Parts: sequence; structure tokens; C-alpha cells
Amino acid sequence: MAEAEAEAEAEAEAEPRAVAPGAGARTPGPVAESVRAYGLVVAMWMRSTMAYRTSFVMTALGNFAATGLDFVTIVLMFSHIHALGGFTLPEVAFLYGTASTSFGLADLLMGSMDRLGRRVRDGTFDTLLLRPVPVLAQVAADRFALRRLGRILQGGMVLGWALLRLDLDWTPLKVLLLPATLLAGAAIFCAVFVAGAAFQFWAGDAAEVQSSVTYGGNTMLQYPPGLFSRELVRGVTFVVPLAFVNWLPALRILGRPDPLGLPGWVDFLSPAVAVLCCALAGLAWRAGIRSYRSTGS
Amino acid sequence: MGGFYGAVVVRGFRRYATYRVATAAGVFTNTVFGLIISYSYIALWNQRPHLGGYTEAQALTYVWIGQGLLVTMALMGGGFEDELMERIRSGDIAVDLYRPADLQGWWLAADLGRAGFHLLGRGVLPLVCGALVFDLAVPSSALTWALFAVSVLLGVVVSFAVRFLVALCAFWLLDGTGVAQAAWITGLFFSGMTLPLNVFPGALGGIARALPWSALLQVPADVLLGQHRGTGALLALAFQAGWAAALLAAGRLLQAVATRRVVVQGG
Repeated sequence: MAEAEAEAEAEAEAEPRAVAPGAGARTPGPVAESVRAYGLVVAMWMRSTMAYRTSFVMTALGNFAATGLDFVTIVLMFSHIHALGGFTLPEVAFLYGTASTSFGLADLLMGSMDRLGRRVRDGTFDTLLLRPVPVLAQVAADRFALRRLGRILQGGMVLGWALLRLDLDWTPLKVLLLPATLLAGAAIFCAVFVAGAAFQFWAGDAAEVQSSVTYGGNTMLQYPPGLFSRELVRGVTFVVPLAFVNWLPALRILGRPDPLGLPGWVDFLSPAVAVLCCALAGLAWRAGIRSYRSTGS
Repeated sequence: MGGFYGAVVVRGFRRYATYRVATAAGVFTNTVFGLIISYSYIALWNQRPHLGGYTEAQALTYVWIGQGLLVTMALMGGGFEDELMERIRSGDIAVDLYRPADLQGWWLAADLGRAGFHLLGRGVLPLVCGALVFDLAVPSSALTWALFAVSVLLGVVVSFAVRFLVALCAFWLLDGTGVAQAAWITGLFFSGMTLPLNVFPGALGGIARALPWSALLQVPADVLLGQHRGTGALLALAFQAGWAAALLAAGRLLQAVATRRVVVQGG
């Protein structure tokens, strides 16, 4: 086993573009193998998307506009008020920008995971199991939608505007915290996508429950935490740790106290929470695959 | 003939009723979104009581009516239009045109069945959940509820008529995905789903309230909230009926033009 592992790794380094023969889900070096397989499938879908360029441009613009409407709604709210939950428009825009950018990244990378339920139902999931490529990589890259760049662009623009308008007291630590937050936030959302997909092995038709955590979580994190009831804030801090996507680090950057009164170092925990979430999601995914019974259709 | 279309309505209802787990999951999602939007509205109405002519309880009721009508009105797409566009693209539409049923009538009946199921399946429970968490301004008058039911029905017809026009674009574009997406984004915003239209500032509000999409959510919600009373309520229903008639007629005209374009590819 150890020998095979070394061999597979050597091969991965020597010829990164080749798909190793018999590289199934149990093949050693699974992470490198998965990333490579993911890249191959994504490249294929991108070529197919680019075959219809007009359609791609239209849907990407649509994606941009659809997500932009959330922000237009917030701006319309601010035509009647000066502060929402004690936050000014640029501060809310900062929350909006960080949440949307992280969610956009996760949606681009893993957003296809919610198709799993359909694949289980119509039996095409079995085909993925038969291929000598890690299953998670195949599901994640399935129908990779490049148009989702629209959401990242829109979130990034709102974040950029917020940073220009806010007069923040930057320290080197805070400067580092911002990109770390965006990446850790994306990783937490990715973990939710994977865990949600694993849940679909049992629940079948329940893709919308996943949406309530992903899309719903994204919407919630666009608003100041002080708006929500304490139980809800506790839930998204300790149960599904969405508060680490942007709330806690953003409050530190904005210089605001957090409503739960947690110790200050918690604001820097996002990367660690992201790693933990990904590990747990990985375990859930394995358990899901093991429990999978084909519908036989 | 009425019996025939009635049967199509029933089949449309039953078709969606088979997805029970998906419906339960959808109720859960609507409830989560209802909670999130409710809290943001509470913050808004705390600072501006009576914003848009609503009390806080009315604003919160508006949120839960919105969640209840979101899928009923197909505000985020997902109705019959994808299927019709696919039939136009693949050429199966030629078979449909030979059938002894009217194209528009058939799809309207099927969509009424779908909307009916979603109103019961995904409309009632989120409203109940909302009422358990917040103080809602739900009317007790049976007449108001009856007017609301008529208003929802008219709203569904307007929603159908818009989506029928969108689907027919596939005769010219082949891939109607972009148009369908543009249509539901516009509809989502101008129906009042993201924010009540009477909170929209100035001229934007006036224009938004005159557009057909206000018939999908703003008008039914205002009828239930008692914003339109007496003749006002009848005028509101007439507004919806007017748009329904105009858009259905436009769809009929476009259908006549489009079907003359049908070329059945050989093989």
C-alpha cells in the first residue's frame, strides 16, 4: 500500500496532466488526484461553455444583475434611513461584499454539488462511481458554470466601493485578515456544499435544505449581526459556523464589538474553523458514499 | 371542453404533488428566508414606523405572504416555460400544434394546477411558521380572504401570460435561457419580492406599481393587508385583470406569428 502511494505521488509529480490508471476514490494521494481530475472536468465544461459565447456573456451578465439586486434593495432601504442596525451603508456594503465574494467563490468551485440529488434519482450517479476518477471531484466539477464569475465580480465591486468609502484604522494584522477572511469564508461555504450533498444521499430530493444554509446564510451575513435574535446568531456561530465566514473578522476590521461578547481572539479563528469544517464535510461525504444504494434505474 | 382543461389543471396539480420531500425542503427554505428578511424589516420599521403605509406587523405579514407566493407565482422561474422552450427547440412543438387543444390554453391549465399545488404546499406552512414567531396582521374577515384568493388567481394568470411570451421567444432565439433569466430577475424586483413597491422612492415606485409584475405580489398582499378597501379592492382586481387580458392577447398574437415560422426539420 505504501509502495503504491509513493508510486502514485511520483507519477503525479512527473506527469501532472495524465490520469493515473485505476485511480479510483480509494487510490493513494487522493487530494492531488482529486484536484487534477477536478481541473480536467472543469476545463472540459469551460470549453463547452465557450462554444456559445453570446449565451455565456448573457448568462454571466444575468448572474451579475441577479445578485446585484440584493444590493440595490439595501440601497433602497438606505433611501429611508441613515443606519441599519447601527451600521452605515458602507459598513453594510463591507459585510455584503465579503459574504458575496466568499460565497461566489464557493459557488463557482462547488455550486454544482446540489445536482447530486438529481443524479442519485435518475441513476446517472452510478456512472460516476464506475469511472477511475475521484467521485467528489466529478460531482463538484459537474456542469461547471463559469457564469458564476458574475457573482464574484459583483461582490468584489461592492467590497471595493466599501473599502474606498470607509475610513478604517488599518494595521498590518487587519490587512492580512481581509484576504484570509475571503478565502476561509469560501472554504466554509464549500464545506457546507459538500456536507449538503452528502445529506442528499439520505434525503434524496432535499436540495433546497442545502440552499437555505448556502443562499440563506449568504443573505443573512450581508446584514449586521445585531439585527437577528440571539438564538439565531448563536446558531450560526456554534452549530453551522457561518459567523466565521465574515461576521466575526469583519467586526474586528470595522472596529465593532460582536453581539455575543466572545473573546477577541475568536475573530482570528476563521481559517482554523474552515479547516475543521472541510474535514468534517469530508467525513460526511465518505459516510454518504458508503451508505449509497443505487436506485437501479 | 371545460372538462378537458379542468383535467389538465388536476394533472398539473398532481404532477407537483408527487415531490413531497422536495416540497418539505422548500417549506424549510422559505421559512429560513422569511426569518432573515423579517429581521431586516424589523430594523427598518423600527426606525421608520409606518414606512410605505405599513405598520411593523403589516410589513412582517408582507414578508410571509411573499414567501408563500414566491413559488406559486414562479418568481424565480421553474414553471412550465423551460419545458415549452425545450419543446420549441427540439421541434416537438410541431406535434403539439397538431393536437386538438389550444397551445396557450393547455399550458395555462397546467400552470394553474402547478400554482394551486404550490400555494397549498409551499404557501400555507411558511405563513403559519411566521405567525408563530412574529405578531402578524392577518385579517379575520372572510370577504378579505375571498378577495385575496381572486387576486392570487389573477396574479397567477398574469405570471403565466408573461412567461408564455418569454417562452415563445425561443421560436426566434432557439436558446431562450438568457431571456428567461432576464425575465425572472426583472419580475423578482418589480413584483415587490425584495422590498415592497410602496417603499420604492419617488418615480421608481410609481412606475413599479404600474408594471404588470406588481400584480404578482404587491397587489395580492395589499388586498390581504386591507390596504385596498371597498371599490379600491375592486379597482386593484381590475388592474390585475386588465394586465392579464392584455398579456394573454399579446401571447395569442405572438403565438399566431410564431407558429407560421415552424419548420419541421427532417430526419
